[in-house]
Amino acid sequence: MGYRARLRVWRGDADSGELRDYEVDAEEGEVVLDLLHRLQATQCPDLAVRWNCKAGKCGSCSAEVNGRPRLTCMTRLSLFDTDETITVTPMRAFPVIKDLVCDVSYNYVKAREVPAFSPPEGLEPGEYRMQQRDVERSQEFRKCIECFLCQDTCHVIRDHSENKEAFSGPRFLMRVAELEMHPLDSHQEKGGDRPEEARGDHGLGLCNITKCCTEVCPEHIGITDNALIPLKERLADRRYDPLTMLFRRKRS
Amino acid sequence: MSAPTTSSSLRRGRTLRTDRWWLPPLGTALGLGAFVVYGLIRTFMNQWYWVPEYHYLAPFFSPCISDACVPGASHFGSPFPDLAPWIPPPVFVLPFVLGFRLTCYYYRKAYYRSFWAAPPACAVTEPHRRYTGETRFPLIMQNVHRYFFYAALLVAAVLTYDTVIAFRGPGGGFGIGLGTLLMVVNVVLLWAYTLSCHSCRHLIGGRINHFSRHPVRYRMWTLVSRMNGHHMGLAWASLVSVALVDLYVMLVAAGAFPDPRLFN
Amino acid sequence: MAEIESHDYDVIVIGAGGAGLRAAIEARSRGLRTAVLCKSLFGKAHTVMAEGGIAAAMGNVNSGDDWQVHFRDTMRGGKFLNNWRMAELHATEAPQRVWELETYGALFDRTADGRISQRNFGGHEYPRLAHVGDRTGLELIRTLQQQVVSLQQSDHAEHGDYEAGLRVFAEFTVTDLLLDDDRIAGTLGYWRENGRFVRLRAPAVVLATGGIGKSFKVTSNSWEYTGDGHALALRAGARLINMEFVQFHPTGMVWPPSVKGILVTESVRGDGGVLRDASGRRFMFDYIPEVFKESYADSPEEADRWYSDPDNNRRPPELLPRDEVARAINNEVKEGRGTPHGGVYLDVASRLSTEEIMRRLPSMHHQFKELADVDITSERMEVGPTCHYVMGGVEVDPDTAASSVPGLFAAGEVAGGMHGSNRLGGNSLSDLLVFGRRAGAGAAEHVAAARHAHPDVSEEVVTEAVNSALAPFEVTDARGQENPYSLQAELQQVMNRLVGIIRDGAEMCAALEQLAEIKQRAARLAVPEGNRHFNPGWHLALDLRNMLVVSECVAAAALRRTESRGGHTRDDHPGMNPKWRGTLLGCELRDGSIEITEHEQPPMREDLLRLFSLEELGKYFTEEELAVVRTPS
Repeated sequence: MGYRARLRVWRGDADSGELRDYEVDAEEGEVVLDLLHRLQATQCPDLAVRWNCKAGKCGSCSAEVNGRPRLTCMTRLSLFDTDETITVTPMRAFPVIKDLVCDVSYNYVKAREVPAFSPPEGLEPGEYRMQQRDVERSQEFRKCIECFLCQDTCHVIRDHSENKEAFSGPRFLMRVAELEMHPLDSHQEKGGDRPEEARGDHGLGLCNITKCCTEVCPEHIGITDNALIPLKERLADRRYDPLTMLFRRKRS
Repeated sequence: MSAPTTSSSLRRGRTLRTDRWWLPPLGTALGLGAFVVYGLIRTFMNQWYWVPEYHYLAPFFSPCISDACVPGASHFGSPFPDLAPWIPPPVFVLPFVLGFRLTCYYYRKAYYRSFWAAPPACAVTEPHRRYTGETRFPLIMQNVHRYFFYAALLVAAVLTYDTVIAFRGPGGGFGIGLGTLLMVVNVVLLWAYTLSCHSCRHLIGGRINHFSRHPVRYRMWTLVSRMNGHHMGLAWASLVSVALVDLYVMLVAAGAFPDPRLFN
Repeated sequence: MAEIESHDYDVIVIGAGGAGLRAAIEARSRGLRTAVLCKSLFGKAHTVMAEGGIAAAMGNVNSGDDWQVHFRDTMRGGKFLNNWRMAELHATEAPQRVWELETYGALFDRTADGRISQRNFGGHEYPRLAHVGDRTGLELIRTLQQQVVSLQQSDHAEHGDYEAGLRVFAEFTVTDLLLDDDRIAGTLGYWRENGRFVRLRAPAVVLATGGIGKSFKVTSNSWEYTGDGHALALRAGARLINMEFVQFHPTGMVWPPSVKGILVTESVRGDGGVLRDASGRRFMFDYIPEVFKESYADSPEEADRWYSDPDNNRRPPELLPRDEVARAINNEVKEGRGTPHGGVYLDVASRLSTEEIMRRLPSMHHQFKELADVDITSERMEVGPTCHYVMGGVEVDPDTAASSVPGLFAAGEVAGGMHGSNRLGGNSLSDLLVFGRRAGAGAAEHVAAARHAHPDVSEEVVTEAVNSALAPFEVTDARGQENPYSLQAELQQVMNRLVGIIRDGAEMCAALEQLAEIKQRAARLAVPEGNRHFNPGWHLALDLRNMLVVSECVAAAALRRTESRGGHTRDDHPGMNPKWRGTLLGCELRDGSIEITEHEQPPMREDLLRLFSLEELGKYFTEEELAVVRTPS
């Protein structure tokens, strides 16, 4: 039951571009990325599109389909009417390189600014003991495939690129939360304070928990409820809780 | 190395979303707006909140702690004087109850989206030129949510007391009316909403890194986490139930209809 | 010609998957300036697709496990064609490599006493696979990626530059290895983003480019798997071995068509899933080969008891090595007992509770739900064989991962020998770590020895390489132009149809003829549209050259090996021949054409031979080979 699908794809580069209309053969059970591949093979051999695994595991084929940030390999055509025009555009929060490919280096810059896991002193490889219930929270965050859709949809940088300097985005605030909740991370013993760093270095306060990151996450990670809000609460422990602040002042 | 910014060449209007993305924020705005309007009218109505026969106290007026309260409604005394007719009793309690909801992580999302349009919906451009989030006054005050949580626990306890004493008949002794049942539903929803709050989840166990060393708190955290998953639903359900019970008590107190009694 | 961007490094690692990153971490930790070149974005390598786990005999779940048992399983799985030294190093070092990941921040699933949990897998005698649900590959790649970042952070703290000691060149394709005489002198490549060429000088290059699966139509591999490392090594003068052995994973998705080939993890079977034909019969009991009869159950009752009492029961035949299961499925379908979409059923719904499935196989549930609209907690999956892994690769020294070309190293899937004729599930991730580290160390030692003799390349060589890479832009005569997408599709068809899971002499002769024809046409590959600015058509045209030469190696070696063993099954030569066990087929490039050569397999060390029973060895080895162990030591 094949049909001709209507596709509108953003074509262009950093300087200029436009939405162009195409018609492509579509088959039952296909996803948007299949259409892009067919477009490449039959009509536009130079159509730039990132992809790797085509199974929702690598997070390469992120784009916006009908305005919504999505993995094109996990966007089934059955979501759309057969006569509906499917519009595919590059992620809006990042500068375009060409067509659907954009410059996501912002994310790699931010990744480097989160202090890495700090192994505990005195434990040799093979001596780590952790209970399943203690690693489960961080494991959820490690499901992240770094598709950067949460970064793309986050209005803090999507609509205000001037915030990119101060704000690391949900992905990397979640990375901070992951390490903060890691049962054996020794960053704090070595003088660090991850919640404080989340506020100062990564702009946690800019997040207004409007949850779009959680909505678009293809891995269904509870970014807001399980990472960002607990991080805000841990920060409140340190900074906005007059009782603990008073207690600290007395002690020092 | 500074992060690159979006190229100016790609301007594509406000959004390319084709669904009715404006519907949820509109619904939220209408729902919250209706509640606020009802709350204002009700507060300054300043009457019909106590049904002495069945011991029904309207939740908007609980606890009633000013000398302005009608006789019998002040279960916990009246430490505040009757300042002026335009300062009705709820003025002393409502700031805490509203503060809890106003700083609640769910309601924040709801009104940031629907009233502030920051953002109106996911992947829809917000209209503001500048955005500082919750980094400055007044929004930085959202971080005191946990204190409102403590207050909300007290209020929930008070409403529980109100509900318990509503199990009395007109002549004293045990009794149940429709109002009693509504108050039970309301108080259960209120507790569920209060305990499923993110601050509660943090305080009860979320702040711990080694759950395995705190089995009891871990169990409580697991329970609260499960409830927390329904925080939005509970926020709305308890909001509606508070207003409905309040309305019900008002109508009974005003004599619009008698309370149907199931027992005594 | 105009100046091109140039960099100097001590070690260049091509590929940023598990092996490449582990090699880079090792080289950098030994104080060498290291570059990692990867075709995709950093962290997207094919390693993320590995699901089941990392095989390492830590003995956390069953204390009976140790490296000897792991070694035995690996050799059996590879039908004793493995390079025994590699298998030995792999089995002994894998636990250390896994534990090391924890110090980088990895979070594996845990046992009740807080150690790393291990799961059952095909061909492994004990629960051996360290895992994180069914997304172990993602954990591995992310952990190594974050360790790279961690090293960059310490460089930043020391030198003020994140990239002082270790730099990742992302979305960067290598077109050529540069040689100074016969020694490695660096690489030439280009930025995919803008098509600009870059020359990197270094005395040591580690190939960690993965496999060749994209040459087959039905494959679990991504676009990156075009055999680049295999082809680069060939062109630099190195030898590939075992190229006839290509693993078809028994369980790939078969429906809908657009996802055909996508992997269904072996953990489904390891955790209790069974294979059924269209009528619901568990057919694997019919396919237990003679050599495995002793360790696999012959009744469903015994097989089911094994999950709870593995010490007193034999394993279910669903957990036979991958080659056996793939052939069995192929046969069921061929004889008409397959499902409507040409596969068989993989049933876990009737075997595990919904909660268990959601906990142990979350990403499988997700994958089927999203891609096929199948809920695996209540419905059966349809599966069939898919091209998954190439056992063959660059011939390397087991201890240092060095190839025969001075300065060229290889690790991971691009290296050959470790897995013999068939790889066990879970042995790939451990292979990446063990030999990735060894390649990094080997390269470091090579650089230390060559410290005062930095090789260099002449400008002419570079210019020639650049021109050759730009050739597709020069094919402008519209009539003779070949489209890279169509040519790739043809190549995939040929390989899938004629050099696929079941092979035949006449078919492979036909394949070689067709490959020759495609190769001729490939000289006229053109870039019909666009310029060098992120142009996938051009990228594919360059990748195709690699796919073609590697496909030729596969077909020619497969034609030469007249027996069936592991990942090489011939209709016209069924059965194993002990004579062939001692022979490795090499593939080399001479004057632009490939040549298949025969080499003797080095005899296994006596103490390792004695780990097996004589009876078992007798099934694989010739009498002469066993003479040493016939006499009691």
